[in-house]
Amino acid sequence: MRAPSGPEIAVGDVLLSVENVSLSFGGVKAVTDVSFDIRKGEIRAIIGPNGAGKTSMLNVINGFYHPQQGRITFKGKARGHMRPYDAAYGGIARTFQNVALFRGMTALDNVMTGRSLKMRRGFLWQLLRHGPALAEEVEHRHRVEEIIDFLKIQDIRRVPVGRLPYGLQKRVELGRALAMEPELLLLDEPMAGMNIEEKEDMSRFILDVNDYYGTTIALIEHDMGVVMDLSDRVVVLDHGIKIADGTPDDVKKDQAVIDAYLGVAH
Amino acid sequence: MFYREAGQFKTTYAADSALFPILQDKIGIVLILFVAFILVPLTASDFAIDSILTPILVFSLAAIGLNLLTGYTGLLSLGTGGFMGVGAYACYKLATFFPGINIVVLIICSGFFAAAAGILFGLPSLRIKGFYLSVATLASQFFLSWCFIRIPWLYNYNVSASIEVPTRTLFGVPVTGPTATPATRYIVVLAIVSIMTWLASNLIRGRIGRTWMAVRDMDIAAELIGIKLYQTKLLAFAVSSFYCGVAGAMLVFLWLGNAESESFNINQSFLILFMVIIGGLGSLLGSFLGAALIWGLPIVLRTVPGFFNLSIKAATVEHITFMTLGALIILFLIAEPNGLARLWQIGKQKLRVWPFPY
Repeated sequence: MRAPSGPEIAVGDVLLSVENVSLSFGGVKAVTDVSFDIRKGEIRAIIGPNGAGKTSMLNVINGFYHPQQGRITFKGKARGHMRPYDAAYGGIARTFQNVALFRGMTALDNVMTGRSLKMRRGFLWQLLRHGPALAEEVEHRHRVEEIIDFLKIQDIRRVPVGRLPYGLQKRVELGRALAMEPELLLLDEPMAGMNIEEKEDMSRFILDVNDYYGTTIALIEHDMGVVMDLSDRVVVLDHGIKIADGTPDDVKKDQAVIDAYLGVAH
Repeated sequence: MFYREAGQFKTTYAADSALFPILQDKIGIVLILFVAFILVPLTASDFAIDSILTPILVFSLAAIGLNLLTGYTGLLSLGTGGFMGVGAYACYKLATFFPGINIVVLIICSGFFAAAAGILFGLPSLRIKGFYLSVATLASQFFLSWCFIRIPWLYNYNVSASIEVPTRTLFGVPVTGPTATPATRYIVVLAIVSIMTWLASNLIRGRIGRTWMAVRDMDIAAELIGIKLYQTKLLAFAVSSFYCGVAGAMLVFLWLGNAESESFNINQSFLILFMVIIGGLGSLLGSFLGAALIWGLPIVLRTVPGFFNLSIKAATVEHITFMTLGALIILFLIAEPNGLARLWQIGKQKLRVWPFPY
C-alpha cells in the first residue's frame, strides 16, 4: 500500500487541531471549550469516564456533529460546515464503538467498499465491467488483499460479516477503515468487549498500522493499561471539559484525573 | 459428485470475481441459454410460450428492478406498478410520435422515462426511511394510476381508455401487434431480459452494487467512508425504475398487446413485491425463481385437477390459488426469509459435498 497521499507534512507537525470547541444538545452540554491537537504520526488517546464527551468529540472531528463554537483545523486548513463524506474525502477514517459493518456483505466486500471513494470509473463502465472498470476493480482488489493479509483475515474473506465473532468483526471494521488509506484514523473503543488475547492482537494491529502505514491514530479506550502502553499523548475529558493533556506518565499523576476517575472525598 | 470445484484454481482476481466462477455453472448457464433461445421457440406450444414463459420473463425483469431497490439498497417501494406503467405509456407515446424508429429501441428508451419518474418519486428517500418511505412510494403509485386514467393524452384519447399496440417489425419480422407470433415476441423478450440481467449483475458486483448494499446495511457507516447517500439512493431509484419501465413496456408491447390502467395498479406492485420476497431479497436469481413460482403456481394448480379427472369449478381453483399463495408467502417469511434463492444456495452447497453430509 502507498503511503498516505496528499501534501507531505513533516513528522510531528500538527495534523488536526481542535480550538475552543463547544457542543451542546439543547440544554445538555456535551463538550465545553475543549482544545487539543493531534500531531502527525502519533497515537493520541482520548479518555475519560462515561459520558465525558469522548464520542461526541470524535463525531465533531468526523463531521457528524457541528459544534456551536470553536474551530477545527485539519491539515492546516480551517474547516467549515461539512458532512461525514467530506471528512472521508479529506482523509479521515473511523471505526465505531458498536461495530458498524455492512452485515449482509462478506468481509471482502466490506473492505472493498472502503475503497469506493478511490474508484473513478463511472456508471456506464460499471455496467459493462470490462476493460478499464475491471482493471480498476482488480487494482483495488490487490490493495484490499494486502490489507486482508495484514490483518490476517484471509480465511474469512467470503463469510458474511454478520456471522463472524465479535473480535473478527472489529478487525474487519479496522480493515475497512484502512482501505480508505486515511491520514487520520479515529478508533472508538477498538477493544470494547474483547478478551485479553483479542486485546493484545488489536493493540499489535494498531501499533503496526501506526508504524507501517504511518497513519496518525486517535483512539478512545477505557482499558487504561492499553491506553498507557499504546498512546504517545493522552487527553482526558470529564463532563465535556478537558482536565488534562500530556504523556501517559504525566496524565497518570495528574490530580484532576485521579479525582475524576476515583472520585473526591467529601 | 459432478458439482465439485476441486482443482479449479483462480490465478487472477478477475477470474475470482467472475459471474460464474465455477466451471459447472458456466456449462449450466450455456445449457439454459441454449434451451431458452433455441429449443423452446422450436418445440414449445404457443400456449406455453405466451401464457407461461413470456410473462415469467417480463415479471422477472420487473422483479429484478424492484430487487435492486428493495433487496440491494434496502428501500422498500410499493410503486413498482406505477413505474411499469410509466414505461408502458411512454413506449406507447413514443411509438405514436416516432413510428419509424425500431420498436426495441423505443422499449429501451421508455425505460428512461420511468427512470426519471423514479428519481422524482425517490426524492423523499433522502429524508425518510423504512415504512414512511414505502408510504411515499405508495402515494406515487396512486398518483401515477390516477394519471393513467385521467390524462386521455396518454392513451391517445382512445374511447376504451386502453392502449393498443401497433404492428412493428424487426428485420422484416413483425414483433409487436396482432400479427407477431408468440415465439418471435418471446425471443425478443428473452434477449432483452438476458442482456439486462447481465448488466445488473455487473452493477451489483462492482463499486455501485457495494455502495447500494452499504447504504442498505448501515447508512451512517456508508456516509463515513465517503458514500454520498443522496446520489446512491437516487441512482438506485433510477436504475430500478428503468428496469420496471422496460418490463412495463414489454408487458404491453411484447406480451398482452393492449393494456388498461388496471395492469399497472397497486395489485401489480404487490405481485412484484411478493415475487421478490419469495424469490429472495438481494438475489437476481431469486427474482426469476419468485416470478416463476408466483406466475407458474396458479397455472399448475389449474391443471392438476385435470390430471386426476376431477372437475373443480374455476372459481374454486381461483380461491385455492389465492389461499396457497398466501400460505406460501407466510411460510417463506417464517421459514426462509431469504427466499428461494437461499434454498437454491443451500442445495448447491449440499451438492458440492454429496454424498457426504458435510
